[in-house]
Amino acid sequence: MFAQKMSRRGFLKSGAAFGGALVVGAGAGGKIASASAAGILESDFVRVSSEGVVTVVVKHVEAGQGPATGLATLVAEEMNADWEKVEAVFAPADASRYANLFWGAQGTGGSTAIANSFMQYRKAGAFALARLRAAAAKKWKTAPENIRAENGVLLFGEKRAGFGEMAKDAGGIAEPQTPPELKKPGEFSYIGREGLPRKDLAGKTTGRAKYAMDYRPENLLHAVVLRSPKFGGVLKGFSSARAREVRGFAGAAAIPSGVAVYAETPWAAIKARREIQAEWDFSRAEKRSSEHILSDFQKTLTQPGNIARNDGDAEAALRGAAKTVAADYTFPFLAHAPMEPLNCVIQFRGGKATLWDGCQIPTFVQNSVAGVFGIAPENVSVVSLFAGGTFGRRATPSCDYQTEAAHALKQSPAPNRPLKLLWTREDDIRGGYYRPMFAHNVRAGISAEGNIAGWSHKIAGKSIIAGTAFAETMMKNGVDHTSVEGAANLPYSAADIFVDVRNTETAVPVLWWRSVGHTHTAFAVETMADMLAESAGADAVDFRLRHLRGHPRHSEVLRRAAEAANWGGKTKPGRFRGVAVHESFNSFVAQVAEISLDKNGAIKTEHVWCAVDCGIAVNPGIVRAQMESGIGYGLGAAMRNQIALKEGGEVLQTNFPDYEPLRMRDMPAVTTVIVNSGEPPTGAGEPGVPPIAPALANAIYAATGKRLTHLPLAANGAKFA
Amino acid sequence: MTAFIVNGKEVSVEADADTPLLWVLREELGLTGVKFGCGVAACGACTVYFNGKPARSCVLPLAALEGANITTIEGANGRETKAVQTAWRELQVPQCGWCQSGQIMSAAALLAETPRPGDSDIDAKMSGNVCRCATYNYIRAAIRRAADILEG
Ligand code: FES
Ligand code: FES
Repeated sequence: MFAQKMSRRGFLKSGAAFGGALVVGAGAGGKIASASAAGILESDFVRVSSEGVVTVVVKHVEAGQGPATGLATLVAEEMNADWEKVEAVFAPADASRYANLFWGAQGTGGSTAIANSFMQYRKAGAFALARLRAAAAKKWKTAPENIRAENGVLLFGEKRAGFGEMAKDAGGIAEPQTPPELKKPGEFSYIGREGLPRKDLAGKTTGRAKYAMDYRPENLLHAVVLRSPKFGGVLKGFSSARAREVRGFAGAAAIPSGVAVYAETPWAAIKARREIQAEWDFSRAEKRSSEHILSDFQKTLTQPGNIARNDGDAEAALRGAAKTVAADYTFPFLAHAPMEPLNCVIQFRGGKATLWDGCQIPTFVQNSVAGVFGIAPENVSVVSLFAGGTFGRRATPSCDYQTEAAHALKQSPAPNRPLKLLWTREDDIRGGYYRPMFAHNVRAGISAEGNIAGWSHKIAGKSIIAGTAFAETMMKNGVDHTSVEGAANLPYSAADIFVDVRNTETAVPVLWWRSVGHTHTAFAVETMADMLAESAGADAVDFRLRHLRGHPRHSEVLRRAAEAANWGGKTKPGRFRGVAVHESFNSFVAQVAEISLDKNGAIKTEHVWCAVDCGIAVNPGIVRAQMESGIGYGLGAAMRNQIALKEGGEVLQTNFPDYEPLRMRDMPAVTTVIVNSGEPPTGAGEPGVPPIAPALANAIYAATGKRLTHLPLAANGAKFA
Repeated sequence: MTAFIVNGKEVSVEADADTPLLWVLREELGLTGVKFGCGVAACGACTVYFNGKPARSCVLPLAALEGANITTIEGANGRETKAVQTAWRELQVPQCGWCQSGQIMSAAALLAETPRPGDSDIDAKMSGNVCRCATYNYIRAAIRRAADILEG
C-alpha cells in the first residue's frame, strides 16, 4: 500500500513557493540567510551555505511536539555544528526521500518522529561533516582524519575554517562509500542537552510563524462547507438564493461532503453559509443518541468477540479466585480540537495540484487529491507549514479535509484561483473524526495470596482502521490493534488473561486521538489495578510492582514517580493521591496525581509527578514539555469533555463554551523525571496522555470512596472546582 | 468606510458592519499574527488591544471601530510586551504556537496592570486564553520571569 513511486522534485523549487517563510527559525540575530539562498553542500536532509548556515530538511510536521528542533539536533550533533547557525525547513511531499522509515509513507504519527529518524538524521549529519572534512583535508594537504570539527568550525593545527568556507569545495566531493562512524552516546553534546533553544521560538513569540491559515496568495478565494447535520447524511439538493444577498458571496456547489460555499473573504463565506437551504437524505445517517449508541455497544459485550489475547483459562481462574472485582466502563466521543482549526490552501494549474497544509501524512494527501483530479500522485505537491496542533486530527486516512478542498476547488466558480478551505470551530467540534466511543467490561480475580487470578477484558467500539489503508497491517482476525493496544498487552503477571473486542458500527467517523487506544484501555486497566490492590489489601504501588516482574521499564518509572511524589509519605491535609503506569508507543510513563477537595467537595488537580522512559531523551526540555502537554490534554478530556449526539443524531456541542478545554486555572503543577534507560529513543508526544485519567480517577476514589468508571468524570459523579 | 488606527497607521476599511475585526486584520491587512481559534470570545487566540485594553477581535464588529486604536502582536512594542517575549523565549513556552500571540498580548496587559501578579491574578487574567498544548505552567513561570525582567 505504501509502496509509491514518486518522482524526485527539486526541494528548492517547492520551497521557493513560500519563499524564506518556510524557514522554521534562524539564529538569535535573525541575520542568517534564509533557506532560499542557494545551498552549496547539499543532500536530501542537510545543506550548508557559504555563510555557514546548516539547513536541516525536516520530514515531520511541526505541530508543537518538537520534531523541527529534534531532527535539527540529530544533524547538529554529528556535524558538531554551531546551534545558532542551524535552521530547519520543512520537506516537500516526497516519500522516496522523506518517508517515515517505520511506515514507508511520509508521515507523522504514533510518536515516531524521533524514533524513526534517530539514525537517519545522524547519518545525514555525519555524511555532511565527512564531506566538509574531506574538502578541508584537500585544501590543507592532510588526511581527513586529522581535521576536527568544533561548533561549526573545521580545525587542523593552527588552521581553521568555518563550515561555510569549505561548503563549496565539499559540494564537489562525493559522499564517502563507507558510512562515517557515528558518535557513541557518551560523546553526545547536543543530544540530551538541557536548555537547547527550540528552533521555532522567534516566530512563535512574534506572530511571524506561518501556518496554513496564514498563507494568503494573490487572488485567493475562500470556502466553507455546509455539511450534513447528521453523520452519514447525503445532500439531496440546496438553494443559494438567499446567500446571494451576502456581499462577497461567490457561489455555491454540491460536493461529496455537502455544499461548498465560496466567497471573497472567510467572513462572507461563513455568513453566506447560514443562508444556504439544503435538503438531506438521512436514510443511512446515524440517528441514535449517543446514550443509545453506547447502550447498544454495551449489549454486545455479552456476545463473543474477536480474541486479542487468550492465555490459560481466564473464566476458570475467575471461578477459582478468592475474590473478584468487576467494572463497566464507558468512554465518549472526543473531538481533537487543535487550536488552529482545520484548513488548507489548494491550487490547480497546468495539470498539477499544490496544497499548503500542516498535515500529518503528505503521501496520503498526494494520493487522495490526485484521485479527485484524476492526476498522478507525483503531480500533487504539498508545502508543509506549521500546524497549530493536530493530536491526530490532521491524519485521517481518507484525508478528509484535503479531499474536500480538492472537490471544492474542482467545483469552484473560479477554479483558476487558489482556494482556502476553512473549518470553523463549530465545524471542528461537530464534524466527526472523533476518538471513538467505547464500552468495556473488566473482571479480575485475586487469589488467597493476594495475586491476580484471572483477568477478562471485553471491549466494544468502532474500529478506526477497518476499511482504511492501515487495515492490512494493523488488523488481524478482526482485531483492530488500535482498539486493544494497552489492554491486550497487559503487563501484569497473571497466568490466565482473556481480551477480546467487538467492532461495533456507527456512521460517526472516528479517528486516532492523541494516544489512540490507550486513551481508554489505560483507564480501564489502571483503575482495575487499583481495585485489585485494594481487594488484596495492598498498596497501589507495591501491588503493581509485585505484578510487573519481567517489566523493568514499567517498574522503574513507577518507582521513580512514586519516589518523586514521596508516595506513602504524609500529604498536606485535604489532599489525596492516585497512581497509574502505562506503556504506549514503546515509551513508559507513570504518574501520581494529587487532588484537593474544597469544603463543597469540588476537586482540583493540584500536582502531578510524572516519570518517563522514552529511551535517549534527544531534547529533554521538549520531553518534559510533552509530558505536561499530554497531562493537560488528557486531564481536560477526562474531567469534562464529550461529544454527545442528541436523539435524532445531531451533535449537542457547538464550540469551546460547551466543549470546554482545560484552562490555566485547571492546570496542576507538574514535576517530570526523565528516566535514562539508555535505550534507543521512542516517542514523547502521546505517552504522557494515558496515565493521567486513571491516576485522577484513583485519586478521586481515595478522596471520596466513589469509583468512577464512566467518562467524562464531571458528567458521571465528580464535581470540579 | 470605517477609519481607525492599526499599529499606529491609519486604515480605512470597506466591509459589512458586522465583519469581525479579526478577519479585517488577517485578510485585509495581512496581520496574520492574530489567530482565529473559536470566533465566539472563548479562547483568546485573537486578542488585540482595543484602545489599549485587551479585547477579542473575533467579536469586535467593524461597526464599533470608527476612530479606534488597535494594536496587534505585530505592532505591540511596549516594555511589557518585550519582557514577555523575552521570557517566553527563555522559558521556551510555545509548542504549536497558535495560541501564543493571544497569550503574549494578555500577559503583557496583565503585567501593565499588575506588575507582580500572584497565582490568582494569573488564573483570573489568563484563563480566557486557551492553550490546547497545555503550556500553562510555562506561561505562568514566564509571566513571573517577565515581572523580574521589568523590575530590572
Ligand atoms: S477566536 Fe476570538 S476568542 Fe477565540
Ligand atoms: S502552544 Fe499550541 S495551543 Fe498553545
